[in-house]
Amino acid sequence: MSPQFEIQLIAVIVAVTCALPGVFLVLRRMSMMADSITHTILLGIVLAFFVTHDLSSPLLILGAALMGVVTVWLTEMLAETKLLAEDAAIGVVFPLLFSIAIILITRYAGSVHLDTDSVLLGELAFAPFDRMVVAGRDIGAKAIYTTGALLLINLAVVVIFFKELKIATFDPMLAAVLGFMPGLVHYGLMTLVSLTAVGVFQAVGSILVVAFMIGPPVTAYLLTDDLKWMLILSGLIGAASGILGYQAAMLLDVSIAGSMAVTIGVIFLLTFIFAPRRGLIHALRRRYNQKIEFAKLALLFHLYYHEGSDVEAREAGIDTIRLHMNWDAAFAEKIIRILIREKSVAFSGGMVKLTEQGRRNSIAGYDALFPG
Amino acid sequence: MDTLIFLFSDYTFQTVALGSALLGLISGVLGCFAVLRKQSLLGDGISHSALPGVVMAFILLGVKNTEGLLLGAIVSGLLATILMISIVRYTRIKFDSALALVMSVFFGLGLALLTYVQKIPNSNQAGLSRFIFGQASTLLQRDIIVMAVCGVVLLALVVLFWKEFMVFTFDSDFAQTLGFSSQKLNLLLSFMIVVAIIIGLQTVGVILMSAMLITPAVAARQWTNRLGVMVTLSAFFGALSGVAGTAASSLVPKLPTGPSIVVCVSGIVLISILFAPGRGILYRANRRRKNRLLFRMEGGSPDVPTI
Repeated sequence: MSPQFEIQLIAVIVAVTCALPGVFLVLRRMSMMADSITHTILLGIVLAFFVTHDLSSPLLILGAALMGVVTVWLTEMLAETKLLAEDAAIGVVFPLLFSIAIILITRYAGSVHLDTDSVLLGELAFAPFDRMVVAGRDIGAKAIYTTGALLLINLAVVVIFFKELKIATFDPMLAAVLGFMPGLVHYGLMTLVSLTAVGVFQAVGSILVVAFMIGPPVTAYLLTDDLKWMLILSGLIGAASGILGYQAAMLLDVSIAGSMAVTIGVIFLLTFIFAPRRGLIHALRRRYNQKIEFAKLALLFHLYYHEGSDVEAREAGIDTIRLHMNWDAAFAEKIIRILIREKSVAFSGGMVKLTEQGRRNSIAGYDALFPG
Repeated sequence: MDTLIFLFSDYTFQTVALGSALLGLISGVLGCFAVLRKQSLLGDGISHSALPGVVMAFILLGVKNTEGLLLGAIVSGLLATILMISIVRYTRIKFDSALALVMSVFFGLGLALLTYVQKIPNSNQAGLSRFIFGQASTLLQRDIIVMAVCGVVLLALVVLFWKEFMVFTFDSDFAQTLGFSSQKLNLLLSFMIVVAIIIGLQTVGVILMSAMLITPAVAARQWTNRLGVMVTLSAFFGALSGVAGTAASSLVPKLPTGPSIVVCVSGIVLISILFAPGRGILYRANRRRKNRLLFRMEGGSPDVPTI
């Protein structure tokens, strides 16, 4: 395998691995917990390093994953006192743990290679240098196997516990009643998130892990209402950003992880603008249509109410009607023009008059709004 | 004691401590509004999002003067904020997801730009990354002046728009009915928070800046129910931990300034949550004990089933 292919393979594996637990984070409104965990695993790594004095020890991963769970636990304990909001609790806990980690590193671990840059920023381009050698034979980059194992774990958990995760996410009360223990599911998921963050930070750095965990699921969330499809789409979007991001990074000669994060951002931005039914354009058009519909109905009510009254000439006059509706001239003209086209109103004697159909529409509109 | 006197007469210490205190004060004041509006993590998002602006400013201007970089940071911080606000407004995506997405993507962009800059030959880019982690010891007197000017403007704005911000923070619908545009107030407040964060970046760095915004405000909230008192207390806590953190890092060798400021301010939160009268954990436990005692003295059975 060429290094280029290996890097892209790792990028795809990392992106899919992160996207799977990320879907549940987004749906459970815990995106910022992922941000918090990805920062505090640094403390776990540092503490485990003090115990083992070995940077390649698997205990480091264990310590980091444990610290992720501790972070969640501390945050929730703080939030449960009701003295501060949940987001404020996140914002208090993770900077503190992160600060302690930085202080420990600066004071005691200065002589070893445990610099904050490599944990926070990561570098995918170095991944192929670390080889997996089994019985004297080179069988590919180590990162392929570590992240691959992680991908299998995440995939297995999501497939096996799909029902539990789904029900605990959408209706924790029902899950509790049915005996699924949402608390256990919650902490299980958080362990998975920490493990994932620890497993991939060497490749992409802990801050960009958040982009991989949250970006693809949020994009998929705009495209589907089905949990299964959201998982599949997230995986595909993640994989696509891995490959596209790598190509862009090679083209421009920049950081691979950074370029992958930007690709995720670009894919999201396009989805955000153009997504059918949930995108920006659709939302703007719907709002505009609603505004026109509302204005049409308001004008019909106004005309119906004043029809035949003493003040009709003033309330429904062609030049004065906009003052009574509190509209600017252009908008009033547009609404009246639409209504004339629909044959609901007509000009007569310097006034805007309801036609027979307009009268019917007005009454029908009223009945729809205030039934009975 | 002598070390303290010696320390406080040291010029470098004076500069750094003054800078940290100013930062604590400003972020303490503005943090109150972020915390009360349940947007505590906005600061975290903005500070991460500032990175591409800093690097972009460096690429475009080719120099490393503080004002230019801060301007870049403010532009990209604002851009990120507007993006977050519009994602939440126009789609069903929740604020926390929008925040996490926008900030990590912006940070990724910043990293990509940073690696791009590093490959330009002869570019004097060293020191740009201090914006990620902050380095209070590199604060210069002119940095302090920039901070002081921004601080005075921000505080003046808070005083000027005090009643608007108060109504908007506690009841934005009510503010709207009174004729204050909550959209404009939201933008103004976000803009002010962006400025406060940006001027703190070079002291404590991107990651710890959010703590400076949230933590003093959370601590102050425990002691009072009045906004005015809360803002004052929060400013005091922020400034206090700025000075204390700087002092600690000057006295103890190899103790980085930013993290030690954050540890100080977190200590204040812990004390406040435990001991604050009325709300604190110990106070509530004590009151519960007294109630139980009173209940028993009045003749209640100790094991009344609770509903």
